[in-house]
Amino acid sequence: MSTSQGEHIVRSFDTELEELNQTIVRMGGIAESLLATAIQALSRRDSELASRVVKSDGEIDLLEQKINEQAVQMLALRQPMANDLRAVVSALRISSDLERIGDYAANVAKRSMALNQVPPVQPASSIPRMARLVQANIKRVLDAYIAQDAEMALDVWHSDGEVDEMYTSLFRETLTYMMEDPRNITPCTHILFIAKNIERIGDHATNIAELVHFLVKGVQIEGGRPKGDTTSYAVMEPKPNAEEAPANGG
Amino acid sequence: MSAVEVQEAQIAHDLHKVVARDVNVYYGEAHALKHVDLDIGSNEVTSLIGPSGCGKSTFLRCLNRMNDVIEGCRVTGQITLDGEDIYDKSLDVVQLRARVGMVFQKPNPFPKSVYDNIAYGPRIHGIGAGKSEMDEIVESSLSRAGLWEEVKDRLEKPGTGLSGGQQQRLCIARAIAVNPEVILMDEPCSALDPIATAKIEELIDELRQNFTIVIVTHSMQQAARVSQKTAFFHLGTLVEWGDTQELFTNPRDERTQGYITGRFG
Repeated sequence: MSTSQGEHIVRSFDTELEELNQTIVRMGGIAESLLATAIQALSRRDSELASRVVKSDGEIDLLEQKINEQAVQMLALRQPMANDLRAVVSALRISSDLERIGDYAANVAKRSMALNQVPPVQPASSIPRMARLVQANIKRVLDAYIAQDAEMALDVWHSDGEVDEMYTSLFRETLTYMMEDPRNITPCTHILFIAKNIERIGDHATNIAELVHFLVKGVQIEGGRPKGDTTSYAVMEPKPNAEEAPANGG
Repeated sequence: MSAVEVQEAQIAHDLHKVVARDVNVYYGEAHALKHVDLDIGSNEVTSLIGPSGCGKSTFLRCLNRMNDVIEGCRVTGQITLDGEDIYDKSLDVVQLRARVGMVFQKPNPFPKSVYDNIAYGPRIHGIGAGKSEMDEIVESSLSRAGLWEEVKDRLEKPGTGLSGGQQQRLCIARAIAVNPEVILMDEPCSALDPIATAKIEELIDELRQNFTIVIVTHSMQQAARVSQKTAFFHLGTLVEWGDTQELFTNPRDERTQGYITGRFG
């Protein structure tokens, strides 16, 4: 770690911190690949690949539990201070963010299996583009964690706005398809949830970016989060159509 | 001093009970404390931490001029108590020590009864003339030190017969019997078990309502638990001081971080 100033006088403390660090990195690697595989399963319409994602989510849960145990033990037995304290507290919180990322990736995989039961719809093709952006953010935020690079973390934090904007546009797109043909409602609802899951994964990557910044600098990132998700307020009216004009329409 | 400096010094005095400016201590040739500036707030606990020989106890002893009794010890700079220079030649050191009381590392009750341990100070300062008045001082001092219930039936027994933790609380009761404004504590818990330590820490927190407390401790956890401000000393210099919470979570200086996290500096 670049912020540490050499080793602890009690060397076993260094070993424990290093183990904690390694577990986080491993967990992060799995979370990243779960999302990648889930998206691959979606675009290839490969249900078998999707079921593998669902299964390996359990691995992340086990690692989270391991980090909880390690961190609680260190808090109790080592009483860490300053950057050590921040390392342990950040590890606890990053692991819970990674665990959530795993859950969302598994849910994406489950929904992709449902999508495979019906004919493909157009909005599904926008998902991989959004997922690639989120995946890149996860990768960069983990790199920032390993390198203890607060600037890189800040950079990830800023780029979440873009993910939100993509989600907002996908939201509008799927709603349009649903209005066009009620048979699109089932696949589009799944796609909407998948997009929401990916957007949530992006939020967790943002959380991790904040934690990395705190870990390195000792202070929170200033200012509000970049927000581009405006779907909570979105209302879409059906397009007026000459042939299917509503009976009570003007 | 420039006008701005004068103004700043005035603000420091208005806000703080004790203000130390450019304090240096020499033991013969050895420069033990170097250019220390530190403000100690009223009704706050300030802890002084640092490795052995860093100057924290030396600084503590400057605050009630205990260094005066050490041969070859020379103090320069300025320390004020409520704006009054405590090294001023016209100042009565005995009066100063009544205003700035001290509790030591090892409990050191007088070889007298519990009652007389408390009554001794008020007597020499001419407080508590009558028997009933003195009884009241003894009871209230012991109560404030959280010891009354434990010793009220054995006031005539020797103070040295109490347990270590009780003896230390007796010494605290003795210190507060003369109504000091500041209490200095030099590692008050290092000879005590965890339960007795917890009682002293609880007591320190209660005493903060009425007194300004400065404590030297080797236990960083103790500093973190009891104090509002922490000062870190290293090799005779004051490296960093500020809010305890800030200093232990996000120290500014690398030396502080190295010390509190247990790394080589």
